[in-house]
Amino acid sequence: MEPLIHLQGIRKSYSLGGAPLEVLRGIDLQVQRGEFIAVMGPSGSGKSTLLNIIGCLDRPTEGLYLLEGMDVGSRTDEELAEIRNRKMGFVFQSFNLLPRMSALKNVELPLLYSGVSAGERKERAYAMLERVGLAHRAGHNPSELSGGEQQRVAIARALINRPVIILADEPTGNLDSRSGIDIMETFKALHREGTTIVLVTHERVVADYAERMITLKDGVCTDGCY
Amino acid sequence: MDVIEVAAVSWDSLRCNKLRSFLTMLGVIIGVAAVILLVSIGEGARRYIRKELGGLGTNILIVVPGKTAKEGGMHMGASSVRKLVYDDAVLIKRRSIHVQYAVPVIVGTSRVKQAGNVRDTYIVGVTEEYFPARNLSIELGRAINSNDVEARRRVCVLGRTVKRDLFGDANPLGAPVKLGDARYRVVGVMQRKGVTLGYDLDDVVFIPTTSARELFDTDALLNITVKARSEQVLEAAKRDIRRILMRRHAGREDFTIMSQDEMLDVMGKVLNIMTAVLAGIASISLVVGGIGIMNIMLVSVRERTREIGIRKAVGAKNRDILLQFLAESTVLSITGGLGGIVLGGVTAMLIPLFVDFLPTEIAWWSVLLAFLFSAMVGVFFGVYPARKAALYDPIVALRYE
Ligand SMILES: Nc1ncnc2c1ncn2[C@@H]1O[C@H](COP(=O)(O)OP(=O)(O)OP(=O)(O)O)[C@@H](O)[C@H]1O
Ligand SMILES: [Mg+2]
Repeated sequence: MEPLIHLQGIRKSYSLGGAPLEVLRGIDLQVQRGEFIAVMGPSGSGKSTLLNIIGCLDRPTEGLYLLEGMDVGSRTDEELAEIRNRKMGFVFQSFNLLPRMSALKNVELPLLYSGVSAGERKERAYAMLERVGLAHRAGHNPSELSGGEQQRVAIARALINRPVIILADEPTGNLDSRSGIDIMETFKALHREGTTIVLVTHERVVADYAERMITLKDGVCTDGCY
Repeated sequence: MDVIEVAAVSWDSLRCNKLRSFLTMLGVIIGVAAVILLVSIGEGARRYIRKELGGLGTNILIVVPGKTAKEGGMHMGASSVRKLVYDDAVLIKRRSIHVQYAVPVIVGTSRVKQAGNVRDTYIVGVTEEYFPARNLSIELGRAINSNDVEARRRVCVLGRTVKRDLFGDANPLGAPVKLGDARYRVVGVMQRKGVTLGYDLDDVVFIPTTSARELFDTDALLNITVKARSEQVLEAAKRDIRRILMRRHAGREDFTIMSQDEMLDVMGKVLNIMTAVLAGIASISLVVGGIGIMNIMLVSVRERTREIGIRKAVGAKNRDILLQFLAESTVLSITGGLGGIVLGGVTAMLIPLFVDFLPTEIAWWSVLLAFLFSAMVGVFFGVYPARKAALYDPIVALRYE
């Protein structure tokens, strides 16, 4: 079966004045539908960079990226925005909620950019908050929520447009262990329902929730890539 | 995202920064208010003058010495200009069938005294024809009549203000007053008329033009006030006057005949320039307001770099971000524009209540112009910050602290 994501020879380099800095040096990776992958590796090894490329937030300098068999490299920025909107769900370490908007409005945000009517947006966002157990906090601003609650709002936002994959970059990094476990249980449940997840983490216990683990070191995949 | 969504999003973010949004708007508010207010003063002046000239009476022609260029500007007191005299008026009346009245008017100022009361005012020398020509009515006693003029009688008719100052509520008829050193007798009091063409007709003393000639020791007329028999013959009357006076003035046209329309025309041109200059000056403050918007939008874009990153991560296109910030600056300037209309309109309506020499009239074209201009300013000065926001790299924006 065709993989959801097919990366081949992905390279990413930054030219900082003098010599180019190679952050990714030839990554080959396939992600199947329904997989739950943890990405580990030392700081600066390129984990976030890889995740951003998978999420179409960033473009590789070199290499082939097929998303559901479609060549992403030849897409325009506008098309990438649409891919992010329809197919990707991001969860960040620092939650990245809009501070002056209610939880409900934050969850609605992706739908705003896919032309869903206000009524339906509200309905779907509310249902999604219910699913992450935060329906009773729908009207609260992020500053009135705990870290764990904020991250659950972020997960609801990532899920709202029924993405093909959830990309989480150290989602438990800013949380205490109790909330961290909560979040990971949420991911586990999502995975059980068939959601594809790629998750970057530093913590072994977090990585253990995944069914497959890959390791990056100095921009190359040393383990788990195929 | 449709227009309503975009407007709602930008309205939300403006509300989050109420004070800042308001201060930014203030620039536009003041600019728009200034345009509306200054233009309303110009228009008020126009209406005032129209009213004043309208009070002149219909079918009136004013003949003054000196040639006025059509563009305005009078050559006063040039030595080659021949003065107009009493006989000019008599001849105009006698030789033109289109002329109903021709009044030689002499004007001077003098001190008027009556039993210890003193007033310095205009003395207007006229004939009996002046009163019907200019639709002036007598309240008490009688007007100057032809016998007064022929016999150079020292009689006078007082304007309302002069009468009140000199006599209070007492009956002035038959009472003596001193004009300078000459003794005059009051024969009448005018009805209220108000200000016309620069002077307050209630604050004058009318005497026979022949007596004025002696009083001021001059036969030079201020003007000859002519009334044509009808509107249809106004032009014909004008031609007659020109022909008659040119013959008397050795073929030179060293006088000017103005109708009410022409006077309005000349004044109108001056006022147009004045209004345009005022509107122009006010527009500068609108542009300054626009720069204020641009400044605050640049700050806002920088502050919300992360927000831009987040929005792009969940699927906002460059165009969506561009529209969002453009909408913000436009909403700022349009709201400011509406505020300015209210402020300018209210001020324009209040000013005449407190400053009675400053009539105002709100011109709808200026309201529309100021509003459209303010909206344009918002778009124009919003484009640069909005483009900047739209072109942020999502990764860089997300990492921004
Ligand atoms: N815009 C950029 N310009 C230059 N260098 C960059 C840029 N973005 C990332 N890098 C570099 O790329 C390398 C990999 O960064 P990346 O964020 O992918 O690492 P990471 O594995 O996620 O690290 P961490 O575990 O600390 O989050 C780092 O050395 C970083 O300094
Ligand atoms: Mg990272």
